[in-house]
This record gives sequence, C-alpha cells and structure tokens, in this order.
Amino acid sequence: MKQTLFDKVWDSHVVRSINNGPDVLFIDRHMIHEVTSPVAFLGLKNRKLPVLYPERTFATADHNTPTLNQHLPVVDPLSRNQLKALEKNANEHGISYWGLGHKKNGIVHVVGPEYGITQPGATIVCGDSHTSTHGAFGAIAFGIGTSEVEMVLATQCIMQPKPKKMRITINGTLNFGVTPKDVALFIIAKLTTSGATGYFVEYAGEVFEQLSMEGRMTVCNLSIEMGARGGMIAPDQKTFNYIKGREFTPQGADWDKAMKYWETLYTDEGAIFDKELVFDGSEIDPMITFGTNPGMGMSITKVIPTAASVEGGAATYKKSLDYMGYSEGESMIGKPIDFVFIGSCTNGRIEDFRAFASIVKGKERAENVTAWLVPGSHKVLASIKEEGLLDIFEAAKFELREPGCSACLAMNDDKIPAGKYAVSTSNRNFEGRQGPGSRTLLASPLVAAAAAITGKITDPRTLIQ
Amino acid sequence: MAYDSFSILTSTAVPLPIENVDTDQIIPARFLKATERVGFGDNLFRDWRYNQDDSPKADFVLNDTTFSGKILVGGHNFGSGSSREHAAWAVYDYGFRCVVSSFFADIFRNNCLNIGVLPVQVSAEFLAEIFEAIQKNPSAELTVDLNQQSITLSFSGKSESFEINEYKKDNMLNGYDDIDYLSNIKSEIEGFAENTPL
Repeated sequence: MKQTLFDKVWDSHVVRSINNGPDVLFIDRHMIHEVTSPVAFLGLKNRKLPVLYPERTFATADHNTPTLNQHLPVVDPLSRNQLKALEKNANEHGISYWGLGHKKNGIVHVVGPEYGITQPGATIVCGDSHTSTHGAFGAIAFGIGTSEVEMVLATQCIMQPKPKKMRITINGTLNFGVTPKDVALFIIAKLTTSGATGYFVEYAGEVFEQLSMEGRMTVCNLSIEMGARGGMIAPDQKTFNYIKGREFTPQGADWDKAMKYWETLYTDEGAIFDKELVFDGSEIDPMITFGTNPGMGMSITKVIPTAASVEGGAATYKKSLDYMGYSEGESMIGKPIDFVFIGSCTNGRIEDFRAFASIVKGKERAENVTAWLVPGSHKVLASIKEEGLLDIFEAAKFELREPGCSACLAMNDDKIPAGKYAVSTSNRNFEGRQGPGSRTLLASPLVAAAAAITGKITDPRTLIQ
Repeated sequence: MAYDSFSILTSTAVPLPIENVDTDQIIPARFLKATERVGFGDNLFRDWRYNQDDSPKADFVLNDTTFSGKILVGGHNFGSGSSREHAAWAVYDYGFRCVVSSFFADIFRNNCLNIGVLPVQVSAEFLAEIFEAIQKNPSAELTVDLNQQSITLSFSGKSESFEINEYKKDNMLNGYDDIDYLSNIKSEIEGFAENTPL
C-alpha cells in the first residue's frame, strides 16, 4: 500500500480505531501556555486525575506577557494571575516550565523547534491553532481546544477522525523579493479561509525544498488560515542539520535509531491524496491583505478585487471593506499606514529580522510610523544582538522589545488603536484582532520594512539594492 | 457526566447571516484571561454587541429583543480562526445549545462537540431558507433531533438530515466525554506509550 507522509505518521500513532468514530491518537509531545491550559488543569483536579506523562508536556508563557520591562511584576492583575496559574500548575505536576524571564522563554511555536522538542515523525499538539508550525519538520502538529488539553494531560491521547489529505505542490523558483509569507498568503488567497477545512496538507515541490527551516515554519504556521488542521513538509537533510545537537534531540545511538525512522518519512510515489493542487512559484508576487480575513490577500501591485469577482456573499465582503475603510478597485500601493508589527509565531524568527534589516539598513523609520519589533524568543533576541542587527535597527530609529506573542493578538498592552492601520507580519487580520477597532494588513517582513521606512504601502522591491 | 446530554431541542433561533465569523469576533482575545470557565457569555460577540464605551449597539442581533432562543444560526464557515475553546464556552454560557451553519471551521466544531453544544451543518439552500423564515417570523421554531439526526423548520415543515459520527452522537445523547472513554482504556494507552519513546 502506497502511503503518504501523513499516513505514515498518523497510522503509527493510532492506539485504536473506533468504528464509525474517531481514532485514539497517541501524542508524543504536548506544549502548553497560560491562556488555554488553566481550565484543563481545573478539570483534572475536579476529576481527581494526575498528569499521566508530565515529561511529555512543556510549558511556556507567551500570549499574555508584556514586551517591555519583563523583569518587573506584570501590571495587569488578570494576566499576572494567569501566568501564576501556569507556573503553579506546571510545578505541581512536574512539567518543564519556561516562564517569563527564563532564558528559554518565548513563543511556544518558536521555542519548540529551537530546543529540539519538535522532531520529524512526532505527533505534537498545543492549545493554539498555529501549532501547525511544527509540521515544517515532518511532524503531525495541530491546535486543540482546552477539553483536549485536559485529555492529553490525563491520557496522552486525543480522539480525532483521520482528516482527508491534500497535497499542494509548487515548483519553480520564487521571484526576487518574494518570501515564504508571500507563498502562504498566495495559497490562502487562492483557497479562501475554508478551502482546506477537513484536510491535512502536505507541501511539496521545489519551492518548499529550497526554503530554509524558518521559511518552512512560516508556511506550515499559516495552514490553519486556509482551514486546514495542519500542514507538513517531508524532512530532508536540511531538517536533520537543523535539529542535530539541540537540547531535546536524541544523541549518539538514539540519534542513529531516530534517523532510520526519519529517513522513511516521505510520501511514496503513487500514494493517493484526496485533493491535489499545483501552482507555479514564478506566479507569486509580494502579497498584502486588504480585508478582514487572511484569504483576502492580493499581489501588492494589483487593485482590490470587486465583490463580484470573489467567492462568498457581497454583503459580508462589503462589511469587510467598510471596516478597513477601503473600496473595490483601489490600489494598495501608496496607502498610508500608522503602525508596523514584526514578530509572532509566523514571522518572529531570526530570518525574519534579517529580512527586515536588509531593507531598513542605512535608512530611517518614517516619522508617522510606530514600529514594534518583537522577537519570537530570547534565543532570537540574542541572535539579533550577536549578528549586529540591533545596531542596524537602532541606527534606523527602531527599538527592539522583549519576546512574546504581543500585538499579534493584543492580549497584553501592545494594542493597535481603533481606526489605525498596521502592517503586521502576524497571521490574522480579523476585525479587532490587534486591538478593538484596529485595521490589520498582513504581509512579509520585507513589505513591513518598506512600509516602516516610507510610511505607506510600498513594493519592497523598489527599496532593495 | 461531563456535560448536559442532548436529545431533542425545539426553540426559536437567533440569526447571524454573516460569513466567516471568526473566533476573535465570538470572543476577543482580551477576554481570555480567566482561569476558570465562568462568565464568557457576557462577552460573546463583544465588539459587535457593544460600543467601546460599553453601551449596546442597537443594530446587533443579540441586542434586538425580536430574536431569542437556544439556537444560533450563522453564515458559511462559522468559527474560523483560533483554537480557543472559550468561543464555544461563550456560545454555551450565553444560553445557546446548538449552532446551525452551512459550514463549520474544524476546531470550533470539535470544541462545541466536546462541551455539549451541537453543531448542525445544513445545505446552503436550507440555511438561506432558515434565515428567511426567522427574519419573516421571529417566533418560527426549529427542531433539532439528535437521535434522528434531523433539523426541521416548524414553520414550513421542511426538514434536512445532518451528519455526526456514531461515537460523538452517543456521547452527546448521554453527556459522556472523551476523557470518560480514554480513562477506560488506560492500560492499552500505557502499553502503547511503552513502545513509543519520548
């Protein structure tokens, strides 16, 4: 039987299959954070259940943490309480805890790969939809709800019907100035936000093979934005090189044994997918969103599509454009902006800050722009300093903040004010996502940098020497 | 034991004919700071329901006394976005026991099933008919019969069947949850774990 990569990993983790029901899926590694875990621990307490395998769960604080003055007590009492609850729950149950101020602290989907918790062929879940990020390593990784967090803590399993399989193949070479974020926004614009619902996606083809691990993570991260539960890429030498020697990566003989398994993780030739989509890498331009969901994206050089030319109802489309203060047929180039946010589990890795630096180097931030540069982790923060990027940012009048989810979902103080426009490297442009009334334009770090320098939407290719 | 059981529900419904309703609208992130599952209904659709000064927005359906009931009817692709179960909790806590749409986002659908809110997927045509019927006559009732897997518009008698797997159906009819099931196969899981190194 020819198997897909997804089949191989999924089937080897099925404890039992229930007839006309879900599979009981064993979870290798579970990550938790402060927002979606407290009620799960409360549930365990009420049921008088212990955590079955605490060594398989890892806790980090990220959603609710401030990005300034992390050495001081957290000011917001509700956030402080939630962070304390995570610390208490982790300590009580013997779970590794990388809280605020810990040198390994950062966004859960950034630190997982950094420390080798993320591995090929593993099943990984977390109470956060962007858990799909870890699929970049050939893992099956997806977001779960709090009831399922409780389930994994109690039993190390969840119950899921096996999803359908989709393969998205992109061959060719990416054009100058086109980044992994553009690839993802391009795919989502083609599929809409529900186009892959019910599927697990495998990304294949030359474009993904050529991407760095950071780039693959950005693409897999955004799988959920087209409705897919997750996305994955077959591990290759680049993957193995990335994970080798990291703290939680197998060592010595265990590494050799793991490699034997990992080298089997690819889709067999002739394996059947429920749906196959093929695009050409050279079709993709730098992208930007103009509406209130990630499917409302377009090439930065085009004009805002008409309601008649897109799927879905005209009333919802109009509501969305009204919220943004935009109209059909307008060009995005030249539109004024107020804020720039670079960071998040989508684009908060070192490669993203390198890209940002490549444009702002030797220039200055536009006076009308407030910019928040938020590294995904302390490790990313340290690399920014070591590589001299901080000097470039400071010379260009940007300041760097401390790690966390920050303005991506604005649970902390990093809120875009009502009515203001923010070019964000994050993942969601929903109404009010970055603060009540905020207007978000999703884009790559290059597009964000070009906007930060010019104060308006600008094709980054015009600024790259 | 884990939540209320669900068998037959007959109720008027609240229409929200907007597509791609995402979980940030259902409950904005700034209301996710609780450490207990209480009070989420107060912030259901917070930014569509209230102005920034906390005064109600008169034109939002939850502030319109014409419409009420235990069934929420939403547009295509309901519940997209984040995995926050708080969205399902908010729907439940407000008093809804069933959400009807022509399409649900995956995680939201799962979360609903895990807390005893029944997601009922109908055809786009039937959804349009339901919206029209409720708008014309807000006292029109819907009957959702889980055992029969049917949803009926009392007004016209028009009915459609909906899908749910036997396992989840049985859970909802009895108020069981997955932890109840998994706890019963603990030794099987432990045997599996022994052969699955960290």
